[in-house]
Amino acid sequence: MTQVSFEASFQKKIDEEIMIEPQDYMPDEYRKTLIRQISQHAHSEIVGMLPEANWITRAPSLRRKAVLLAKVQDEGGHGLYLYSAAETLGITRDQMLHQLHTGAAKYSSIFNYPTITWADMGAIGWLVDGAAIMNQVPLCRTSYGPYARAMVRVCKEESFHQRQGYEIMLSLAKGTPVQKQMAQDALNRWWAPALMMFGPLDAVSPNTAKSMEWRIKRFTNDELRQRFIDVTVEQIRILGLELPDANIKWNEERGHYDSSELNWDEFWNVVKGNGPCNKERLATRVKAWEDGAWVREAASAYAEKRKTKKAA
Amino acid sequence: MSNENKEWPLWEVFIRSKAGLDHKHAGSLHAADAQMAIENARDVYTRRMEGISIWVVESNHIHASNPEEAAAFFDPAQDKIYRHPTFYNLPDELKHM
Ligand SMILES: [Fe+2]
Ligand SMILES: [Fe+2]
Repeated sequence: MTQVSFEASFQKKIDEEIMIEPQDYMPDEYRKTLIRQISQHAHSEIVGMLPEANWITRAPSLRRKAVLLAKVQDEGGHGLYLYSAAETLGITRDQMLHQLHTGAAKYSSIFNYPTITWADMGAIGWLVDGAAIMNQVPLCRTSYGPYARAMVRVCKEESFHQRQGYEIMLSLAKGTPVQKQMAQDALNRWWAPALMMFGPLDAVSPNTAKSMEWRIKRFTNDELRQRFIDVTVEQIRILGLELPDANIKWNEERGHYDSSELNWDEFWNVVKGNGPCNKERLATRVKAWEDGAWVREAASAYAEKRKTKKAA
Repeated sequence: MSNENKEWPLWEVFIRSKAGLDHKHAGSLHAADAQMAIENARDVYTRRMEGISIWVVESNHIHASNPEEAAAFFDPAQDKIYRHPTFYNLPDELKHM
């Protein structure tokens, strides 16, 4: 087959909803896009462990502590599923980690915001994991097989993350006035960053069209963001908290809630590395990698020793 | 910092979800040796009682059929519909078979 016919049969498979597998032909650009997206996604899961790990030792009860620990452990697992999926495309684990540690690869900007009160554990589970789920459910049908299968596993595990967060918010919202205020403050701080998790506006998102054509993405950033706003407004009402944006209003004509324009300067500023915690998060990951060097070496040496013993 | 080329090998993980079922491919992971691969597989792939038995095999020991030749490779089975029970015309009054 010629290059042209390879590409035509690739797009035909995509259009017929036949999944692409690692050994199948794929255009270079498709491979590159997937490596970037999946590795960024993996990095987000791993860096995303940090803001919540910050509260494990200070959880208000043993139940909350066990739950938070289980959630953070799940996020580690999600990172591992995704790194494996990316590796099927021909990049190594070490190359990906190197890209993360040198700042060449990005992770979701949401994790560059600080977790300053216990209520942040509620807001993160509810809003951040909630937004992640909204993004990830369509990815269970994404066109690249290993990515889709990893996402099925991730989505199964995510729903407890959101529910435990909402339960924390519920306890605080029904608690003392100070606790309720804490919940409100967390909602107000996490609302806009959570909406930014869906990425830039469609109008300035150059990769969206190609990703939709390749069925890597199935909905645009703006579609998913709107869907998230629509379901979350109802959840805020059930908590009995105030809406975090005075411009949230039902629009009869559109059949959706209107809301304020987001501060995109802030978004790009955090992406560029100037968010409140960018430096701290990266430094923590690099330190963990360096501190683990002797463990990796010792395990390799031990495996080598056992292998030679067996051979002898 | 990058520690290139010292990566632990990649292992494929197969899990039997309950007694009587086959081991099924669950995913892959890195580990220094088989023992570590099995223990990591427990933590990565069975946190919710998804398994009662784990197999691991180093990924470079897996051999696969070539996807580009799939059409020709699987062709011999294509025209043998008489291998299926529905191929046979039997009388309606035959109730049990
Ligand atoms: Fe996750
Ligand atoms: Fe999560």
